[in-house]
Amino acid sequence: MCTDCGCGDTHLVPVAVHEKILAKNDRDARHNREHFVEAGVLAINLMGSPGSGKTALLEATARAARGLRLGAVSGDLATDNDARRLERAGIPAKAITTGNACHLDAEMVHAALHGMGWRETDVFFIENVGNLVCPAVYDLGEAANVVALAVTEGEDKPLKYPTMFRGADLVVLTKVDLLPHLGDFSMSTLRDALARVMPEPNVIEVSARTGQGIEQWLSWLEARRPRRTKVGVHHHEHAHHDHSG
Amino acid sequence: MHEYSVVSALIDEVEKRAKGAGALRVALITVKLGAQSGVDPRLLATAFETFSDRGLCAGAELVLEEVPARWACPRCGEAPAPGGPLRCARCERPLELKEGDEILLAHLELEVPDHVY
Repeated sequence: MCTDCGCGDTHLVPVAVHEKILAKNDRDARHNREHFVEAGVLAINLMGSPGSGKTALLEATARAARGLRLGAVSGDLATDNDARRLERAGIPAKAITTGNACHLDAEMVHAALHGMGWRETDVFFIENVGNLVCPAVYDLGEAANVVALAVTEGEDKPLKYPTMFRGADLVVLTKVDLLPHLGDFSMSTLRDALARVMPEPNVIEVSARTGQGIEQWLSWLEARRPRRTKVGVHHHEHAHHDHSG
Repeated sequence: MHEYSVVSALIDEVEKRAKGAGALRVALITVKLGAQSGVDPRLLATAFETFSDRGLCAGAELVLEEVPARWACPRCGEAPAPGGPLRCARCERPLELKEGDEILLAHLELEVPDHVY
């Protein structure tokens, strides 16, 4: 018995829990997903190493967009350079500066959507922080995960970062205009590496500079667009705030 | 280093449960980490040491149970050769990850006053 405060003896109680540690992020992601689906917006989580060509891919997408209305948020530790590049390319965009965080989470994306006309887009890109590790862990509410991989990164990148590629619905192989300068790059080695980390490997080869493959990429996006079942904006029951801003 | 944000979510969840149970402190936390979860056990342990210096989790022991990745064919159950292609050698279907992507708070041991339970 404790004689200091009279708190009494203690004992240990085992508690079985079995709860996802990122359950809160998953809930926030589900919330984002409901909004995207209900508004008929295709949300894409675009990931890849720093310098893999994510922003250049979106710029090239805007140039060839076939009337698709695009929007984006762009995550980086500091600066709004990428968002400004996207704006110049004609994509309404907002920067999410994460400070020291190495990835976006669903709450950051949700906060950024406020004050943006994301409902008036057909395809909304969430350009993640350049990183092949951390973003793979966080669901953002996207409809599909796309990984940009530059030909200069090496064919064994998928084997080195299997978790990122396992979760990808599509790998966009970027900068293929550089292939003539990369004597030892082997497409079959890359495809073999992808087959060992992705159950359904799917690759589109693009060059943002020459426009090669961009049509195929647009067709991939078009095929995934949800059909708007209702005309106009449909508001679901929403307890805490509205998203029309 | 997303392990820091995973630990911060872990501590929030554990504190909530410990408070709810009237615990004085958390003695032990068991976490299950899949080999394909994208979370590194060593970094998670370091992050936990850094962040658990106060509150109900101070001094708690963190036990990490690592779960190996287990792939299997959804139809015939065939498993791939280690490091091999993730397509069934028998029926050519894409394999499914049956286990090994979990980031789970599995179990707690809470120190509670005798009069609580």
